[in-house]
Amino acid sequence: MKFSEQWLRELVNPAIGTQELVDQVTMAGLEVDEVDAVAGDFSGVIVGEIIKAEPHPNADKLQVCTVSNGSEEIQVVCGAPNARAGLKTAFATVGAELPTPDGKPFKIKKAKLRQVESFGMLCAAAELSISDDADGIMELAADAPVGTCLREYMGLNDKIIDVDLTPNRGDCLSIRGLAREVGVLNKAPVSFVEIKATAPAIDDTFPIALEAPENCPRYVGRVIRNINPAATTPLWMVEKLRRSGVRSIDPVVDVTNYVLLELGQPMHAFDLDKLSGKVVARMAQQDEPLTLLDGQQITLNADTLVIADDNGPVAMAGIMGGESTSCTAETNNIFLESAFFTQLAIAGRARSYGLHTDSSHRFERGVDWQLQANAIDRATELLLEIVGGDAGPVTEVASEAHLPVPAQVRLRHAKVNSMLAFEMAVDEIVEILTRLGLTVEADGDAQWAVSVPSYRFDISIEADLIEELARVYGYNNLPVRVPNASLPFKADCEAQVSVDRIRRNMIGRGYQEAITYSFIEAGLAKKFDDKYEAIALANPISAEMAVMRTTLWPGLVKAALYNQNRQQNRIRLFETGQRFLPQTEQTESDQIKQQNVIAGLITGRRAPEGWSADNADVDFYDIKADLESLLALGSAADQYRFVAGEHVALHPGQTAQIERNGEAVGFIGALHPSLSKDLGINGDLFLFEIDLDSLRDGHLARFNELSKFPESRRDIALVMDESVSFDSVREVVAAQGGEHLKEVTLFDVYRGQGIESGKKSLALGLTWQHPSRTLNDEEINSIIDASLSALAENLSATQR
Amino acid sequence: MENIQTLLAEGENAVAQATSVQTLDQVRVDYLGKKGLLTVLMKGLGKLSAEERPAAGARINEAKQALQDKLSARKYDLETEALAKRLAAEQIDVTLPGRGEELGGLHPVTRTMQRIEQFFAGIGYSVEEGPEIEDDYHNFEALNIPAHHPARAMHDTFYFNANTLLRTHTSGVQVRTMEKQQPPIRIICPGRVYRCDYDQTHSPMFHQVEGLLVDKDISFADLKGTLEQFLREFFEEDVKVRFRPSYFPFTEPSIEVDIDRGDGKWLEVLGCGMVHPKVFNAVGIDPEEFTGFAFGMGVERLAMLRYGVNDLRLFFENDLRFLGQFR
Repeated sequence: MKFSEQWLRELVNPAIGTQELVDQVTMAGLEVDEVDAVAGDFSGVIVGEIIKAEPHPNADKLQVCTVSNGSEEIQVVCGAPNARAGLKTAFATVGAELPTPDGKPFKIKKAKLRQVESFGMLCAAAELSISDDADGIMELAADAPVGTCLREYMGLNDKIIDVDLTPNRGDCLSIRGLAREVGVLNKAPVSFVEIKATAPAIDDTFPIALEAPENCPRYVGRVIRNINPAATTPLWMVEKLRRSGVRSIDPVVDVTNYVLLELGQPMHAFDLDKLSGKVVARMAQQDEPLTLLDGQQITLNADTLVIADDNGPVAMAGIMGGESTSCTAETNNIFLESAFFTQLAIAGRARSYGLHTDSSHRFERGVDWQLQANAIDRATELLLEIVGGDAGPVTEVASEAHLPVPAQVRLRHAKVNSMLAFEMAVDEIVEILTRLGLTVEADGDAQWAVSVPSYRFDISIEADLIEELARVYGYNNLPVRVPNASLPFKADCEAQVSVDRIRRNMIGRGYQEAITYSFIEAGLAKKFDDKYEAIALANPISAEMAVMRTTLWPGLVKAALYNQNRQQNRIRLFETGQRFLPQTEQTESDQIKQQNVIAGLITGRRAPEGWSADNADVDFYDIKADLESLLALGSAADQYRFVAGEHVALHPGQTAQIERNGEAVGFIGALHPSLSKDLGINGDLFLFEIDLDSLRDGHLARFNELSKFPESRRDIALVMDESVSFDSVREVVAAQGGEHLKEVTLFDVYRGQGIESGKKSLALGLTWQHPSRTLNDEEINSIIDASLSALAENLSATQR
Repeated sequence: MENIQTLLAEGENAVAQATSVQTLDQVRVDYLGKKGLLTVLMKGLGKLSAEERPAAGARINEAKQALQDKLSARKYDLETEALAKRLAAEQIDVTLPGRGEELGGLHPVTRTMQRIEQFFAGIGYSVEEGPEIEDDYHNFEALNIPAHHPARAMHDTFYFNANTLLRTHTSGVQVRTMEKQQPPIRIICPGRVYRCDYDQTHSPMFHQVEGLLVDKDISFADLKGTLEQFLREFFEEDVKVRFRPSYFPFTEPSIEVDIDRGDGKWLEVLGCGMVHPKVFNAVGIDPEEFTGFAFGMGVERLAMLRYGVNDLRLFFENDLRFLGQFR
């Protein structure tokens, strides 16, 4: 909420400067966002009156004006179309300094415009940084005293303070509420506006009915007839409104807005002659139409409170009035509304129609439920002053049963002390609460019954009172200590691999951690996953961030592309995070599986560019080694297998499904060349993604006795069809190798000269070791023979 | 026997002439080997009389020892010379860069989150995680934010349907923890959170670390002490800390914490407060018996302050030139 410092000081004027005031309210929980000057920094500008305005002899768009400064008449050339005899306006005299955007003052000198001399300048509001209005020179009131300094006349030595109020402090959404708070903080007296009831001049009333009293428990109305539609809003009110960020519209609307700012009561004025029958506060019928003041056509929902007359809704209660019954320049008779709508009746409704008004903002946060009659008196008083007319009696319809009950809250001294960790004096407690307008009554020993005033909707329990005490006492004046607690040992499962260790392993292997968005573009999601349909957001921020990722790959690949476009060609990235898999067969509550995974990506050279580096580009086996190093972390690598597989985003010949004890836990492979081309990726790119929980689930290391006897090694070279996998060879060798076979090493893969095309040669090193003796040649030879015949039989592999 | 001296002189000369360990070894074989010239003299001792034998033997042994000394000395010299040559030949440019993989790095957000976790783990907090797709109850209702509460407008929530949403804070994890565990509770909840807001200073996805301590006799003073110390440890500076009243539906009192790092400007760094009794009621903890505090901080904001990063968007572009600055 924006407010004028001067206006506030009319009610409460502590002996502190602007900055101190701003700091003070900020530290009391009313955070000040901004402080702005009301007008630019200018001097030498006075109220001038145009005596004569004659056409310029040499220019069509200029006029030669004679302007009075109160004591003499001065010639000024002016280009504004609204410059005319009789107008009082802002007159920058010779020697005046005007504000400019770069901060250097612009000095007014005598000048010649098309051969006519000009002694000063007539100013538009924008030229004085009073507002953005640059359409013509300022139009001051007819009674503006000529010759007076404009700053003084308009009270421009003022600041606009913008305070960002939290939703619990609806009571501060008015000058009165702010003044009350400032009074409390400074122990300063507050002179609230004295509200005078206006005696009715006529008997006219308009009938009111409450059909939804739980939502509108009080409605106060008043008829005012014969107002002067030609009257204008006085400068002081226009200025106060402006400084509160409200534009002046016409006197009736201005007065209702003024009362809203001054007291915090939103009001509405209907054109009495356009209302028919009576006004009823009721719930809307589903799909009832209403055209709002701003011309918007709304189809109402049944959860919306409306004010209706015999012809249907005439206002969205507490949010905005309707067009058909609004006041216009021709309005003579009005019906004023000052109602109490409950927070729950209004909360969320404006937003559901895409609306947000000063009125809905206040009702959502709570309006003082005892304010309505006062507000209508205040508005009447101001209206009669400005537009005249005859006021009828005030009609108040209320449903006492539905009005809020004044809250009474128990406060225990012991609780205050334990919550704040210090002994707050009884006098201090009573004094702070009393200053806040709460009524404090002793209620037994070291305990009080505290009654909450009708404007504080945020105090209903003891903790709320303690907050008030702490706030006014000053959070920074309260003691500081560090909590004590006994620390039980924390379980730490050693077999569980920490995510940190997994990350550090990737870093050691040259990977950079990335963080990509959890939501991606729907089309991209499809390209990377044809198994799961990504879950869509109902209100995405953009098409690029519309569905929840079912794999981390799209984000990583896009990050790789981003870097390739910036001349980074060797890329190694990984990310850990959740992927979101819809589960169609599950029950309602687990429809989404949120799985933690780690994904990696490599592309570019195998080694960093260097003077002796391997200049080859990465391939499948590079990323596989990185993944294998992760599998090894939990000492459970032997439970994992890589099985040739299929994945929509991967190269069909270079894809493996990763299985742990037969269960699929991830994929590894080359990005499919078509997808790579489609995305604009340069060069081969390899990816893996694996269930993080599986990776973390390791085994505790277990010692094996070391044999004192020598190892025996035999190397064999085998020729077989290309289609035979190394895994199948290893399985046969392991099955035949006996219990003392310790290791099978593949030390060469060869194709080419000497090997038939379509075949390959694998060279294996087999190592045996017995725990308690040396193995003899015959034993090993017979194992080799058995292995070779099994290889020949099962895989048609022959010894080379 | 008169030629012992001659043989020795010849042998010594051969030693001196030897230019390599190999030729030197040949000299040893020639003179001192099984059939070496000096060795052979030993065999001739038999022809001498018993009286002459000891003296002649001693002379031969002396000569052999003398030659052996020369050989050893020469061998040492030759080896030293060979080593020096090899060392000279093997000299390299030690300023050439090393070979092999370069070090990668943690994302600055992860790094910051780990620092925060470590600080709190050190004083007994455990790390709890939870789902990012959350239900309305755990994200709002249980936290005293009913459906039409104005505070919902501050959250700009991403929805899937009326009841399912992307969590706007990690407070849901606190609720889930309190639902299954009675105090004492000391947890921190790091993770991704989402708000429907995107501009220079807002990202639709960011990271939070929230913390919760519930025990008997926990006061506002404990909250102040914990966070003041945390901020000084985190920045490794004696930052000025101030506590400003604010409002969150799930805490009462609610506080925003600002720091001043010496330039006179207050920067908001975290929100916190004493757990609202309604939140305790929702999870079945007796607010008369237990009190507690909760706090939450934006990780990107702290990372920006800590490392001087000036644009929030850098965190999610994954530009290697940016990421590479945090090894």
